[in-house]
Parts: sequence; structure tokens; C-alpha cells
Amino acid sequence: MLQFIVRRLIVALLVTATVMTLAFAMTRLSGDLAISIAGPGATADDIATIRKAYGLDRPLLVQFFDWVGRALTGDLGDSYFFKTRVATLIGDRMPVTLTLGITGLLIALFVSLPLGILAAVREGTGFDRTVTMITLVGQAMPAFWLGLTLMIVFGLELGWLPISGADSWQSFVMPGVVLAFSAIPALTRLTRAGMIQALASDYIRTARAKGLSRASILLKHALRNAAIPVVAIAAVQLGFMLGGSIVIEQVFALHGVGFLAWESIQKNDFPVVQSVVLVLAVIYVALTMLADMLNAVLDPRLRSA
Amino acid sequence: MKRGWRNAGTWVGAAIVGVAAFCAIFAPLLVPHDPFAQDLGKRLLVPFWMEGTDPQHLLGTDQLGRDYLARLIYGARISMLIGVTVSIVSGLIGITLGVLGGFMGGRVDDIVLFAITTRLSIPVVLVALAVVGLLGSSMTLLVLTLGLLLWDRFAVVARSTTMQVRNLDFVSAAWCAGCSRFRILTREVLPNIASHLVVVATLEIALAILLEAALSFLGLGVPPPLPSWGLMISEARDYMFFSPWVIMIPGIVLFVLVLGINLLGDGLRDTFGARHP
Amino acid sequence: MSALLEVEKLEVTFGGRTAAVRGASFTVERGETHCLVGESGCGKSVTALSVMDLLARGAERRAGRLAFEGQDLRGLSDSAMARLRGNEMAMIFQEPMTSLNPAYTVGSQMTEGLRRHKKVSQREATDRAVDLLGRVGITAPGLRLGQFPHQLSGGLRQRVMIAMALMCEPKLLIADEPTTALDVTVQAQILRLLATLQRDLGLGLLLITHDLGIVARIATRVSVMYAGEVVESAATADLFANPRHPYTQGLLRCVPVPGKTRRDEPLGSIPGTVPRIGPGFEGCAFRDRCSFADETCARAIPRHSAGSTHDFLCRLPA
Repeated sequence: MLQFIVRRLIVALLVTATVMTLAFAMTRLSGDLAISIAGPGATADDIATIRKAYGLDRPLLVQFFDWVGRALTGDLGDSYFFKTRVATLIGDRMPVTLTLGITGLLIALFVSLPLGILAAVREGTGFDRTVTMITLVGQAMPAFWLGLTLMIVFGLELGWLPISGADSWQSFVMPGVVLAFSAIPALTRLTRAGMIQALASDYIRTARAKGLSRASILLKHALRNAAIPVVAIAAVQLGFMLGGSIVIEQVFALHGVGFLAWESIQKNDFPVVQSVVLVLAVIYVALTMLADMLNAVLDPRLRSA
Repeated sequence: MKRGWRNAGTWVGAAIVGVAAFCAIFAPLLVPHDPFAQDLGKRLLVPFWMEGTDPQHLLGTDQLGRDYLARLIYGARISMLIGVTVSIVSGLIGITLGVLGGFMGGRVDDIVLFAITTRLSIPVVLVALAVVGLLGSSMTLLVLTLGLLLWDRFAVVARSTTMQVRNLDFVSAAWCAGCSRFRILTREVLPNIASHLVVVATLEIALAILLEAALSFLGLGVPPPLPSWGLMISEARDYMFFSPWVIMIPGIVLFVLVLGINLLGDGLRDTFGARHP
Repeated sequence: MSALLEVEKLEVTFGGRTAAVRGASFTVERGETHCLVGESGCGKSVTALSVMDLLARGAERRAGRLAFEGQDLRGLSDSAMARLRGNEMAMIFQEPMTSLNPAYTVGSQMTEGLRRHKKVSQREATDRAVDLLGRVGITAPGLRLGQFPHQLSGGLRQRVMIAMALMCEPKLLIADEPTTALDVTVQAQILRLLATLQRDLGLGLLLITHDLGIVARIATRVSVMYAGEVVESAATADLFANPRHPYTQGLLRCVPVPGKTRRDEPLGSIPGTVPRIGPGFEGCAFRDRCSFADETCARAIPRHSAGSTHDFLCRLPA
């Protein structure tokens, strides 16, 4: 078990290092950053000044290791546009994104688990087919468009929910629902498949032979085994959702990390952009590790292996 | 019964994809108006089912007076083109990596797995936006960026199916018969994993179309004035509270096309008997 | 007093097409070991599962009579049946490797049935589990309770299954090929254990097997099944001494009997396999493999009696 954790940690570090390299390379793709930062009307002098001020006149490798070295100490550099520390900036915006992501995941689980369980119990019936159809619809739904549509219906026509901003919990309802849509298909399919497999297994027959109640058979014996892959995917989905929240934050004008990244891309504020990529990647890597650990907790066969 | 229902879904999907492909290929012959021609005197005309419609413009016009139907049909061209080209690029990368890892095993496979893990940890939308934002939007750049980002599912499926095929008896027989690695790869492995990859390709086309729409919606995808559906929704956003149909029409068309591709992909998966994500 | 388990004219069909059990009848008395023998696919397991009402979805069960201690099981609600299962009647299965839930400890799985049926405390249930694990020959029972199924060998798991089935002191234990999946040496141990427990606890044991060697050693009565029917039923000694149905005779010729089978004599075999039979089949299902068959075998077959406790299903009264 310890060996397993150590191996996962090493892979996680390697992945992080690779992502750092890629994120750095990405921001340098355009050639001379100083020209982009200075904007269209800048003179050659302006550009030279900017180049010097931001340390862009140094060799690329020096810039890279400078960034990596600082990042290791938690210093992600300064934003060109906001004129503050990038770490502070991301830290300030993170609660909105995390709230959104966790809201989305909770809604998704709240919908997917019952749907998947019921579809498996009634495999092959009209209900099962309806659930399959729902997952296909969810997969095909453009998130930004669903967001706009909900705004028109619930924000404008019915006036139930605020259209934008993050002032109260109601502000997170619509974005959370939209974000949940992206995770519902995968989670529902996985729950359904896992439950079908579990329900057909010999240990469920044993549980029935013991005369256990239907609830105990379904929820204690079948779901426990079906939940193992679902929990892992749920953690991974949360990672995808945080990365994908950029679209939804923009639609609902939620000033989270995604919105910050979108603003920074438009302002050529590359220290912010590369840091957001890095932070989201690290969160994802941490979540996949968490998923592996949860798996080991849930599945006794993995624990002793 | 179940079979019949499944088949119905597949046929509906095939029909939707067929119509979209037809529109994409024959767009110039189908459109009643130039999709780029602006007519500020005819801004935001309503579609045919509403009061006060202009019979010249079946689906109305946008905020610049451009014919909505013409833009929708040309939009199919952009969506299909991007969907197909992106999955060609990502397919080439993903299948190469996946087959290499699955076939060679050992160190090579470790590297492939690491590449997949790293790729999955990179936030796709954000990186695509950043690249397009830094380099300026163009179709080619968009296709290359998305292609470089969306190869993971190809690699995962190609890798696992190659591993399965590699251990089958007829492949062992080919080894024993002294066939070269290259010959075994092209003659034995690729034909046997092809059906799985076709299924992945349909799903990837659908995903690429959705992503293109999202990026264009955020203003960092297809450059205006091209009639991408995502861009149409983005441009119409300021008017959506007064004329909801300006975002409803392209959104529904986008949704239906992606649903159709997914239905077709699901049908193909059942036909091939493949069990893969 | 009525018999422990009475089954009359039991029929099970799957999706209306395959008839797995076709009018099987047998009775299990209190405290006896009743063996149900036959080749694979003859409907033995389906019969056992249908008694417990554990058939898979899509299976349909009908019976002229299906009674446990005189109580009709046919009209019983799901919850009433669940109160009997694991409590009055218990079952163990062929696959000990997969029959225990991998996610829970042995102790948790052993005690949950007792806690549900007898409303005892966890402590009492655990004490009983320790006691029973000891009885089925498991050393360090307290330690085993905290282990997960994957930490046990196949033989140990089957012992756990047996102990688990006995938790509520059932009157009837149904064992569906309990030794088939195990090593030969372990098979003998488990069988001896079952025989001992049956005698000590006065269990009615319905043992399903394809192994006539097992039957000879532990059965009180035998019912031979073929293609979903009980073709012959007799006390064990009577059946081995005086088999009447051609199928039973064929089966017995396949098994060497110490002291009876000569060294130079080849063992017999029955040509062909058990046919798939749909609903509405008439006559004897064995006729295609039977050397005595003629055209009258395609008609309805009478049940003949060869003594008060011996009957068989064949047109030959011989």
C-alpha cells in the first residue's frame, strides 16, 4: 500500500513537471510576448522597456527555471494586468470555482445515482430506455447554450433565479445544474453498468438466500460494489468540471478562476494564464490520487494487495 | 423489442448526420441568400412561425440582417469540417500512441500511459482558448490545437484493444510464422481494432463540434464573420432576452447534430459488439 | 404431521420457450438427506432455486403443490418468503469463490441474517458466528470474522457459507453442488462435514449433485432427474440394488462400485446429451438415448411403483 502511494506520488510529480513545461512553452508560442503585451500602438522603445521590466530579455531557459523555482515556493509571479500577485489573485477567485464545481458534482451525483440504480433494477424496461436517452441528451447538450436557455426561462420569464453574479446561494443553482449536465451521462452509465453487474453476481443470490430485505440487498450489497468505480470517476469528473467551468463562469459572469483565465487570455496576461493551467492540473492530479485512495478504502481487495 | 428500439435510434442518428453532411457539402447550392450579406434594414426579422415574418427569410435574420437559414447551413459546413479534421488529427496521434503502447508493452507502454495521464490533467478548454488567444484565431490553428488535445480516448481504446488482439491465437500464429512486426501490426492488429476506433471517432467528432462551438462562443474559436453556430449564439447573446429564437435556433441545431452523431456512435458500438467508453 | 418439503408437478419455464423443469415431484422428510442427481442441464439447480424462490428474472414457476412444513409457498408474498429464507430454509451454492460479497467481512455477512430474522444483538450474533465457525472446523474463528472473503481459500469460504446458512438453525438446508468447485481432498472434507452436521442438527438436507459416489455415501433417498423430470425416486440402497429406469441403470453403469465392478469390465457411458425441451413436449425425454425405446415412448408415460417408496417413470413395467 505504501509502495503504491509512493509510486503514485512520483507519477504525480512527473505529470506536474511536464504540465509546467507545456504551460510555459504554450505562453511562449506566439514568439515575442513583449509585443503582445505592449499592444498594437506601441513603439519599439515601449516594447524594449516592457521586455526589460518583465525579464523577457533573458534566455528562455533562465526564464523557465526562474518560474519553476518560484512556483515551488508558492510564488506564481505578478499579473501584468491586475498588478497583483498571481497566487493572491487565484486564491481570491478559487472559492467561487470550487463552490461551483462541488455544487455541480453534488447535483450530478444526486441525479445519477438514483437514475443509474433504478435503470439497473428495471433493466430493459421503458424506464431503462428513458434513462439511456437522458444520458445521450446530456452528452449532446452544449453547456453554454443550456446556460443561456436557463437564464431566459428561469431568470427572465419566471424570475426565480438571479441571471449573473455570485451574491447568494441562488446564484449557483443554474450554473451548478449546467455543470452537472456534463458529468451526469458518465456517472449514470457507470452506476447503471456497475449495478447490473453487481445484481447478477453470486453474492447477491446469497444475500437473497439469507432473506435480507430488498433495500439491504440493493443498497448494502449491490451498491457498495457498484459504487467503487463511480466514486473514482466522480473525483475525476470534479477535476474535469473545474477545468470546464471557464465556459459557465463566463456565461453567468461568475468571477471564479475560469473567468479570471478568460480575462487574462484576452489581456495577454500570461503569468496568470500559465499559473491557472498549472493550478488546475495540480488539482486534477490530486483528485485522481484521492480517487485511488478512496478506491482502496472501498475495495478491501485493493487494500491488502 | 430492445433491438428494434436501438436500431431506430441508430437510423435517426444516421439520418441526422446524413442531412448535416448533405448541407455541409452542398451548402452553396442550398442557401437562398448569401450568408455574409448584411442588410441593416432587415435586422432581427422573426422566423416563419411567428407574427410578422418575411417569407424571403424563413428563419429570420440576425442583428446585422444576415439570413439565418443561410448561416445555419454554412454553419453545418464549419461544424462538420472541424469535427472530421480534428478527429483525423487526434486519431493519428492517439492511435499511433495507443497501438505502440499496447503492442510493444514494457517501457514504451509506460511512456504512453504517462502521456495519457498528463494529457488528461491538462484543462482542454482553457489551453485551447489560451493558444488561440495568443496566436490569433484561424480554422487551421483551431483544428491543430483541438487535435493535439483530444487524442486521449483514441489512445486509451487503441491501447487496450491492441493488447487484447496481441494475445489472440492468430497473432501468435503469425509471430511463429515469422511475420515482421510491421506486417503483424498492419495485417493483424489494425483491422481487428478498427471497429472500436470507428466508434471512438464518432464520439470524438461530436466532442470536437461541441468544443468548437464553446470556443467560438467565447470569441476564441472560429473567427467572424464565419457562421459557426457557437459564434452565432455569441453574437446573438445581446438580443436573446428580446428575441430568444436567435440563440434557440443555432443551439437546437447544434444539440440535434451532436445527439445524432452520438446515436449513430452508440448504434455502431452495439453493432460491433464493442464495450468501450 | 406434514413432510418438511413437498414438491409436486413443479414446472419452470424461461421466457415461455425453454422448459427447465417439467413436472418434477419429490418430498424431503425431516432429518433426512435427499439427493437430487442428474447430468448438468437436467434442471436440478433450477429446481432448488425455485424452491427458495431465487430464480432469475424471466423465469416462471408453477407447481401442483409446493409446501414447507405444510405451508403453501406458492402464494406467499415476497416479504413472507424472505422471512422463511435464511431462517427456516437455507441454501449454499456451487461457487464459494464468488458467493460471498467481496466488500464486507465474514463476520458482517454471517451476522446480518441472524440479526434480521431473530432480532438479536450484534454481540449475540457474533458469539453464534464464532461458535458455528468452530463447528465447521475453522480454527481461530474470532480472527476469521474480521477477514474479507478474498483472504480465504475456496474450502474455507465454503465452510463459511455452510456456517452462515446454519446461523438461524434452519430446518431445511439446500446444498447445490457444494463441492464441485473445490479440490478433491477438500471435497471429501466438506462432504463429511455436511453429513455430520445433518445428523447432529437433525437437518433436512436437499443435496444436489451429479456425483453418484456422494449419493451412495450420504443420501437417505435419491431422486434421479432427467430433462426436468424426476424419472426415478427410491431409498438409496434400493435404488443402487434395483434401478428400474433405463437412465438410472445407465448412470450406475458409469460409476465403478468397489467389489462389484470387475477390473477388466469397461465402464458404461450414455450416448448423446440431454435434449433441450420446449413446452408441450410429449412422451419420454430419454427415448432418443434409450436402447429399449419404441414408438410407444412418444406417448404419455405412466408412473410405475416398485414398492412403497420406490417409483419410476417408464413405459416398461419390468
